[in-house]
Amino acid sequence: MAVLGVGMHPWGKWGRPFVSYGVAAARAALADAGVDWKDVDFIVGGETVRNGYGGYVAGSTMARALGWNGARVATCYAACASGSAAIEAARTRILAGLCDLALVVGADTTPKGFLAPNAGERWDDPDWLRFRLIGATNPAFFGLYARRRMDLYGAGPADFAAVKVKNSRHGVHNPNARYRKEVSAEDVMASPVVSDPLRLLDICATSDGAAAVVLGSAAAVRKLGSAARVRIRSVSTVTPRFPNTAVDLPDIATDSAATVTAPAIGFRESIAAAAYEEAGLGPQDLSLAEVYDLSTALELDWYEDIGLCARGEAEKLLHEGATTIGGRVPVNTSGGLACFGEAVPAQAISQVCEVTWQLRGQAGARQVDGARVGLTINQGLFGHGSCVILST
Amino acid sequence: MTTAVPVIDGWFTIDEPPTLLGRRCTECGTYQFPPTGSWCPNPGCISEDMETVPLSATGTVWSYTDAQYQPPPPYVSRNDPYQPFAIAAVELEREQIIILGQVADGFGVGDLRVGSTVELVVEPLETDGETVKLVWRWRPVVSGEAGDAR
Repeated sequence: MAVLGVGMHPWGKWGRPFVSYGVAAARAALADAGVDWKDVDFIVGGETVRNGYGGYVAGSTMARALGWNGARVATCYAACASGSAAIEAARTRILAGLCDLALVVGADTTPKGFLAPNAGERWDDPDWLRFRLIGATNPAFFGLYARRRMDLYGAGPADFAAVKVKNSRHGVHNPNARYRKEVSAEDVMASPVVSDPLRLLDICATSDGAAAVVLGSAAAVRKLGSAARVRIRSVSTVTPRFPNTAVDLPDIATDSAATVTAPAIGFRESIAAAAYEEAGLGPQDLSLAEVYDLSTALELDWYEDIGLCARGEAEKLLHEGATTIGGRVPVNTSGGLACFGEAVPAQAISQVCEVTWQLRGQAGARQVDGARVGLTINQGLFGHGSCVILST
Repeated sequence: MTTAVPVIDGWFTIDEPPTLLGRRCTECGTYQFPPTGSWCPNPGCISEDMETVPLSATGTVWSYTDAQYQPPPPYVSRNDPYQPFAIAAVELEREQIIILGQVADGFGVGDLRVGSTVELVVEPLETDGETVKLVWRWRPVVSGEAGDAR
């Protein structure tokens, strides 16, 4: 399974229709692949719930915008994991021998402020209820996770700020990032508290943006020539196992573990474990990782969930410089969500774009020397795992 | 005349002492909250016989945070100008379940620690004309006086 091409529309708050970003990213990915859109036989869109009907049918919206070509179509929704669900749909259709060239596109236009439920009264919708009954925004959940790190492991606001400082230094070199300015620990600690202990600069913004990848079968690779291709080694779209004892967006309560023993590893850890198993690789093989830093503190949780270090040791790993470019296993070389802000259906695809550029040696000033294997990971609310492992 | 009603039916009682209402499978004993399913959530059990049961009224704090900015709709703020409130995720020992809730009026993150004890109370979430809508909240069990109410 080869990644033939990748492309992005820069993240920002551009205020244009999401379709325009998607077309730009798709055309960039097709050009990068040297593939003509007419030859693409499967298109998958990452759905956005914020842009009307066209967002619900993102796959066909993009197909129409690029000019109908008769390709098979699908649209995937898995919240923040929509992009990798879309990649998995394309990958499995190729592996099944049902298509040779697949285009995966995710694009979004986001409103200002907190991500909030769509309008209307929905007393049976857990996402609506958590706002209505508790006022539990997404940052409130991030705050719960961050505080737990503090009380269990002795982490502090200075540790969280150091994640932002690192990622901002990475993102300075990324032309697709929205925020390309170095941020100091003082800047983070001086920003207002949103959900204790997290401050404004600990929490990612919401952005407009788009990312696309072109995937190809072995036959397509042969036809396109002998250039070295980045390979997708595994995709993990696992759901939790009962009882899921982690406090997870958007739920007001966890499963009960009163009668069935909880799994040995939590949901986030299980996402990576499934990807490692499918790829036959482990954390020791990683050259870099792109993890979903919805908050600075959450990036530290991910270090442990993907096996870079033991529980409670993420702060140490960070301060040693292991996860900075030049370190043992750089994390969020793109700058991460800290420098991008989240464009939900595009974000998981953008992680794959970054790892692809790194594995090709095309990441410019952010290049990780000798990068061979990269992992992307995130989690979509309502129990969507998302992890992609790529290699040279 | 003012009347007080739960903001949502069937999730908690409002008599003293109040309790959250969960469901419990009569076959395997698995608990569920919110009490919205009519079948057992345990994949190893196919029972569709769930009884409504009161849940433990005290628990230990799994974690906590607050909302320094007014949450967007459908959240309805009771105060103008907006006053921040705290949120706790609380683990019930018997049920082995973690349930989120706002923290009781007058208490903030400074009154909580992971592992500290809280108890269930019912307090006004909002006032709609003559109707006060009540919600469940977690109140720190403190020795001595209430702590800082930021």
